[in-house]
Amino acid sequence: MNNIQKNRWKDQAFKYWGIFCTIIGLVLLVVFIGDILIDGISRIDWGFITDLPSRKAENSGIYTALMGSIWILVLTTIIAFPIGVAAGIYLEEYAKTNKLAGLLEINISNLAGVPSIIYGLLGLEVFVRIMNLGASVLAGSLTLSLLILPIVIVATREAIKAVPNSIKDASYALGASKWQTIWHQILPASGGGILTGVILALSRAVGETAPLIVVGALAYVPFAPSSPMDEFSVMPIQIFNWISRPQSGFIENAAAAIIILLGITFIMNGIAVYFRNKWQKKWK
Amino acid sequence: MEISMENPIKENMVLDSVIDPTLKKIPKIEAKKIKVWYDGFNAIKGIDMTIKPNTVTAFIGPSGCGKSTFLRLFNRMNDYVDGFSMEGKIKINGSNIYKKNVNVEELRKEVGMVFQKPNPFPKSIFDNVAYGLRIQGITDKKFIQERVVSSLQQVGLWEEVKDDLKKSGLALSGGQQQRLCIARTLAVEPSIILMDEPTSALDPISTAKIEELIFQLKEKYTIIIVTHNMQQAGRISDYTAFFYLGELIEYNKTKNIFTNPEKQQTENYITGRFG
Repeated sequence: MNNIQKNRWKDQAFKYWGIFCTIIGLVLLVVFIGDILIDGISRIDWGFITDLPSRKAENSGIYTALMGSIWILVLTTIIAFPIGVAAGIYLEEYAKTNKLAGLLEINISNLAGVPSIIYGLLGLEVFVRIMNLGASVLAGSLTLSLLILPIVIVATREAIKAVPNSIKDASYALGASKWQTIWHQILPASGGGILTGVILALSRAVGETAPLIVVGALAYVPFAPSSPMDEFSVMPIQIFNWISRPQSGFIENAAAAIIILLGITFIMNGIAVYFRNKWQKKWK
Repeated sequence: MEISMENPIKENMVLDSVIDPTLKKIPKIEAKKIKVWYDGFNAIKGIDMTIKPNTVTAFIGPSGCGKSTFLRLFNRMNDYVDGFSMEGKIKINGSNIYKKNVNVEELRKEVGMVFQKPNPFPKSIFDNVAYGLRIQGITDKKFIQERVVSSLQQVGLWEEVKDDLKKSGLALSGGQQQRLCIARTLAVEPSIILMDEPTSALDPISTAKIEELIFQLKEKYTIIIVTHNMQQAGRISDYTAFFYLGELIEYNKTKNIFTNPEKQQTENYITGRFG
């Protein structure tokens, strides 16, 4: 076998290995979704979404958990989006590249890998106890904001890094200040990437359970939150709670709730992809 | 080894031959004892230079000789480069631009720049040209409109794009994009235009158009152009400066540089024997 043949063989081998790996991922996903759909799809109706939790599986709904998740999602967005994006802009455009910046960068990347329960413990101490917010939606949102901040910061920095230097140079050379360049050139050009990162981070926050349990989210709340200081539950906790019940009806409920949670995540990711495509068309 | 320190007399001789005594104009740009470092690397090793108004000056020399670095000192574009530090004074219209509390944004309105690769903003043709005015806070629509039209006319792009002003600047051809970038620079009404290899990414026809444009712009502007194209330097410039390894080897009227260079190194470079 000469060199050309060898290379061609390697090329083919890698291609099939790639196809195989992709299929593994897809098959697992399809099996998982299929299994959940079989278990839960028949349980989903309007009542399931609007009903409050109950001791009887067939009367139980996800209304309070769904509302709790939406509250958490909105508050987390309001808190994490501006802070994360501003920090990303600062680190990428303003901070000088020195040892301190390098240290910051490594630490932020490390924070993205810290187990979420650690954030829960931090939230419990700082928000629930020291700031005396109690087991409220606000405390939960602040905790999840801490959790996703590193992701938002890293995504923002990557998106800004992708803006060609030639555009920044052109702006500066015309007499634009740093902020004008950021506002008129860098943010519009990187907006799609930033938004994608933020939405992906939020869809992670929606699925988080552990930190909220530590903060004190309840498995059973009889009403949906109506202010940031109210107690709350969220979908993943509701699911966890139902799965641990012995009655088979609750297993069905859990499957149905998983379908809805997956639906929310899919929609959010869909929105992320939509924004990215739309932005790319406009700016490329 | 710095020319300015080692050979002060010879350096002055070169400068005297450059400043035409019959023209009593104030020099547009005066650079004195310029040294530049990038971290440890000494990119410019002591350069003095005087540039007269309404002239075209070409910077030539092999890659890495410091000519682009030197050019970017005049509008302080090196400020953003990591590890950049410098010594010396640069006076533009008589005032030192590296003094503390110099307003860099104001300086860049006075000293425009055109880059090697055409870099229009991902905005419409109109918005590209209007950008420099809008960031100054100008909102007068009629004024902006007039300035955009006159800038596009100056670069000879108006007839080609007058019906597509809303089209993206990126939809233009490479040569048109570069003329758009020049129009964008002119709209701010600078008095000096720095050009960093403005035609190196363009085809010969677009290059010819830009060269013709540079020739016309000389009437109103002082132009400094970095180029790797000897013929281009010969065609369009009044003065030529030859840089090598961070030093200004020779600076004189273009005619003299190309017909009767004083230094052997210059002759070797322009005749293509090295570099």
